[in-house]
Amino acid sequence: MAEATIKKPIAKIEKAQSNGAPKKRLEILKTYKIYIGGKFPRTESGRYYSPENSSQEKLANVCLSSRKDFREAVVAARNAQGDWGSRAAFNRGQILYRIAEMLEGRKAQFIDELIKQDATREEAENEVLLSIDRLIYYAGWCDKFQQLYSTVNPVASSHFNFSVPEPTGVVSIIAPQSTSLLGLVSVIAPVIAGGNTCVVLASFTRPLCAVTFAEVLNSSDVPGGVINILTGKVSDLASYFADHMDVNAFVFCEKDADTQKMIQEKASLNLKRVVLYNKINWLTENGQSPYFIMDTQEIKTTWHPIENIGGAKAGY
Amino acid sequence: MAETMTTAIPDFTLPPRVDQVGIEERAARFTKRSIKKETKVNGLLLALNMIDLTTLEGKDSEGKVKQMCYKAMHLLDAYPGLPTVAAVCVYPSMVKTAKKAVEGSGIKVASVATGFPSGQVPRDVKIRDTKFAVAQGADEVDMVISRGKFLEGEYNYVFDEIATIKEACGDARLKVILETGELVTFDKVRKASDIAMHAGADFIKTSTGKVTPAATMPVTLVMLEAIRDFYYKTGKMIGMKPAGGISKAKLALHYLVMLNEILGEAWMNNHWFRFGASSLANDVLMQLMKEKTGVYQGKDYFSLD
Repeated sequence: MAEATIKKPIAKIEKAQSNGAPKKRLEILKTYKIYIGGKFPRTESGRYYSPENSSQEKLANVCLSSRKDFREAVVAARNAQGDWGSRAAFNRGQILYRIAEMLEGRKAQFIDELIKQDATREEAENEVLLSIDRLIYYAGWCDKFQQLYSTVNPVASSHFNFSVPEPTGVVSIIAPQSTSLLGLVSVIAPVIAGGNTCVVLASFTRPLCAVTFAEVLNSSDVPGGVINILTGKVSDLASYFADHMDVNAFVFCEKDADTQKMIQEKASLNLKRVVLYNKINWLTENGQSPYFIMDTQEIKTTWHPIENIGGAKAGY
Repeated sequence: MAETMTTAIPDFTLPPRVDQVGIEERAARFTKRSIKKETKVNGLLLALNMIDLTTLEGKDSEGKVKQMCYKAMHLLDAYPGLPTVAAVCVYPSMVKTAKKAVEGSGIKVASVATGFPSGQVPRDVKIRDTKFAVAQGADEVDMVISRGKFLEGEYNYVFDEIATIKEACGDARLKVILETGELVTFDKVRKASDIAMHAGADFIKTSTGKVTPAATMPVTLVMLEAIRDFYYKTGKMIGMKPAGGISKAKLALHYLVMLNEILGEAWMNNHWFRFGASSLANDVLMQLMKEKTGVYQGKDYFSLD
């Protein structure tokens, strides 16, 4: 199917230069690299793997990221967090919307990649459209969830007391391994909508869309370091995702009980928030909710002293 | 040996010949060494022990200096057996405070002087500045050279200035800041190094930290080679202090590799080599904790200063 899309321009060239120019050209294959701090480096380890689809067709040579790639990604995410977290919520919404726009423009490429990774055309189209809609969904929530989950609290002194959600910081994510695009988008969007930055490990067996999604991010005003995408093995990296002291929360989307236990234990080192999404069907309405944003938020309570104006009591 | 050595002052008007491409290539190669496990830990501990913990801000207060001195003595109490830093580096007005704060710890107090960082003050002010710092108890004086005069070709002026300040220092060791970022070429850096060493510097130092570029590996290499050649010629050891822009532990290890290969083991201690830095200490501590616990560290768990 991928060939079909590049046949047309070849035909044009043939028409334009019927003077003996080469009729068959060598296809240029894309190098699938990782995405750290707004750049596309190769893995520091130099290791690669070649995932195959069900008809034993090689998809690509994909980086087998190491713990050092993860370390670099956390540094990038930490550096980006201050700026991203302190931007106006409205601006974050604009940028999420922009990601959706860019994805819309590159639908065909994602559909091709999904078909290459064993989806039917119908499934692929559905997944891409759902991913775009999900980004729009969270773009809308960016400047609204705070109002839903904030409270003004009754207190017995002259204080205005209120609680608001704030980003927890740097979040490490192991994306759903069974989907290539939708699962990835569904876990990234709520995390960054809330002002966090993240390091994401893409699906091991279906990594193509993650890297192409990084190209979308790169061209949609998302500051470098806000989203960092690695490819590689869950078993290689999970323990580092869990015990890095500069990571504030960990989102894990697999059912594997042993790994979950290991994560809970290691995450306790710096009281990392652990979020487990192991029963969610991302293809349904259940795959999107403002509660997903709240999973990586912290509630901050402020006591603001107030004057006893005009003899009125600060009473609740 | 003594017969072949000479302390004769060379003719500074002759152009030195520094091979820029060669220097850059060689400096780049030091960053390719792989230093792991025990070697890395020992290197990091050595680097920590070579740091001149520095605060040179207009907003420095006694409180800030005391806080930094406390940090110098208690880098990370959760890690028993850590060395202290080599020295704290402050403005002359803060020397007294610093001296009192680090008393009995073995940490030296270094003071910048001579109208730091620009050096654009009359010579008598520079001398008074230096004498004041020493009288307040500074163990080491970091002076700046007159870069303007140097670039005008007034080498004698610069030479005399350094010699005069050396005299004003008395027993305090003198570090001469060349401010290599303003000298621009390696040839000029080499010439300034030679002038400083012949005029009596105990240490040569790259930068004030106020000008970019500050210390880089190539410029430090040029200065290390000047020290080596001076040693071969006169038998006198001179110390080296790269300052500014060295904030990562890995980079500090690269510098130690370079030091070892150019000057050798005699220089591998804080009597002959220093890092002028403020944020390097925390990165080294984070790497040491990583080696100890196996867990990547976050800066939330280390004191700010």
